[in-house]
Amino acid sequence: MEFLESLDWSPLIISLKTGVVATVVCFFLGLFAARKVIKLSYKAKAVVDGILTLPMVFPPTVAGFILLLIFSRRRPIGIFLDQQMDIQVVHTWLGCILAATVIAFPLMYRNARAAFEQIDANLVYAGRTLGMTEMNIFWKIVVPTAGPGIASGTILTFARAMGEYGATSMLAGNIPGKTGTISQRIAMVIQDGDFATAGFWVVVVLLISFGIIFMVNMVTGSRMKNIRRW
Amino acid sequence: MSIAVDIRKKLGDFSLDISFESDAKRIGILGPSGCGKSMTLKSIAGIEKPDSGRIVIDGRVLFDQMQKINLKPQKRRVGYMFQNYALFPTMTVSQNIGAGLDFSDGDRNGRIADMVKRFNLQGLEKHLPGQLSGGQQQRVALARIMAYRPDIILLDEPFSALDEHLKERLQHEMMSMLEGYEGQVILVSHSRDEIYRFGEELLIMEGGHVMARGETKKLFDDPGTVSVARMTGCKNFSDAERLNTHTLHLTDWGITLELEREIPEDVNAIGYRAHAFEPVWGERQKNCLQFRASGIDELPFERRYYLFPENGAGRADTAELICWFIQDKDRAQMDGKPAPDYLRLKEESVMLLRK
Repeated sequence: MEFLESLDWSPLIISLKTGVVATVVCFFLGLFAARKVIKLSYKAKAVVDGILTLPMVFPPTVAGFILLLIFSRRRPIGIFLDQQMDIQVVHTWLGCILAATVIAFPLMYRNARAAFEQIDANLVYAGRTLGMTEMNIFWKIVVPTAGPGIASGTILTFARAMGEYGATSMLAGNIPGKTGTISQRIAMVIQDGDFATAGFWVVVVLLISFGIIFMVNMVTGSRMKNIRRW
Repeated sequence: MSIAVDIRKKLGDFSLDISFESDAKRIGILGPSGCGKSMTLKSIAGIEKPDSGRIVIDGRVLFDQMQKINLKPQKRRVGYMFQNYALFPTMTVSQNIGAGLDFSDGDRNGRIADMVKRFNLQGLEKHLPGQLSGGQQQRVALARIMAYRPDIILLDEPFSALDEHLKERLQHEMMSMLEGYEGQVILVSHSRDEIYRFGEELLIMEGGHVMARGETKKLFDDPGTVSVARMTGCKNFSDAERLNTHTLHLTDWGITLELEREIPEDVNAIGYRAHAFEPVWGERQKNCLQFRASGIDELPFERRYYLFPENGAGRADTAELICWFIQDKDRAQMDGKPAPDYLRLKEESVMLLRK
């Protein structure tokens, strides 16, 4: 009990907040990107899809390095943001969100795209011949019909964003109470030899992760109720 | 009420080149699958874009390649019923019917309720499409289109997704539900029964072209060419040589045909429907065909004979067998008798054709 009372809970709050904000951003960007990409020609699709999926494939530290190159306060974009708009990315919570968003985005985008590609084109055509605007068709027909795929994409995005380590540590650093996420806290306390605290956070992460997978299965599984087992 | 279509479109090896005008209320388009009939409908609705040409409905230009006019489907006011009905799976019946109506429309709910009643969907308002039978889904699809009040309705093979035993009744039902609709309706199908029942006017398509066009009943009675006759369901054809104004020599069947009516000079084939033969016993009469049986098919309510023409040009190709179909009610005259000696061709059933 004393352990819990003396525990710094800030990593949980920071991780959850980062996860939520990054997920919201990824959700809209991912749907938007998926909608654009499925309309591209075969070749253009291969190129654009490759670029959008890249953050999922290369090591997070590479993403962190590239982000650092862009947003460092010693480089043009970083200087511009800092001086003209008073926005600081490096070593701030904004950095946490940016790193998590970049790393988790492909999960949202790819799941949304797969779900969109399963949709019967006639549904969209029917909406058009009924005079519905493209906006209405997208939000009222396409997104609900692709619901389970989008939902599982969103949940996985949240999980990935919440657990992000590599890019976050490079871009945002591990500032307790500010950018110190659970993953970074675990790494830090292990280096200090504090296995009790590390173990506690590991259990928290396991519980959250299992809860997330369980939710994905419930969401996507409800549609599969009638499928026979073999 | 009029439609004028004159469009061309290339798609890989296939090329669509179709042109027709009509002010008939009900138009049927008959053709085998892949003949371009669906693509024609999709072009009218604005789902496909033709390479060139012009589409005009009631004087309103929907597409004109020369004038660079290509209205969005949203602006065309063309109702389209898809083969699979394309009901929105996450919307209830009511929501589906209201999908094309503006929320700002004060009468929106009234119109939905109207359609529910008219299409006999009471009690199903809150159901999702997945919970409906095929026939109910079709009614919702039609209700959704009618609620939108389009200028023209296009039906793309509306019965092909239904069970055989439902088709007939639903075709009948659809006809009566369309009765209250004032605009034009175009039905596309590969089933000649559906088409025959449906439209005053008929268009027959093959390979991306219009092969024949005319009043439905007339086109079935006098198809004009062998290929059109074949599409109206005629099974038997023979090449013919015109001997004089009233006689033809049927080269494939080896007989001479004497007709009361005058035979136009360009006739070089005849068609004869499988149900129209008359069995003859004993003495050979005028216009009788001698045959050798090749096989019999027993169907639930029909018997089908496949025959070789005696004295024919000798093509023993099964595709050239003569088909003779007898329905049960006519079988009484056959029962207890030996096989007929001849089949007689009735003058009024002989279709004079060109190849």
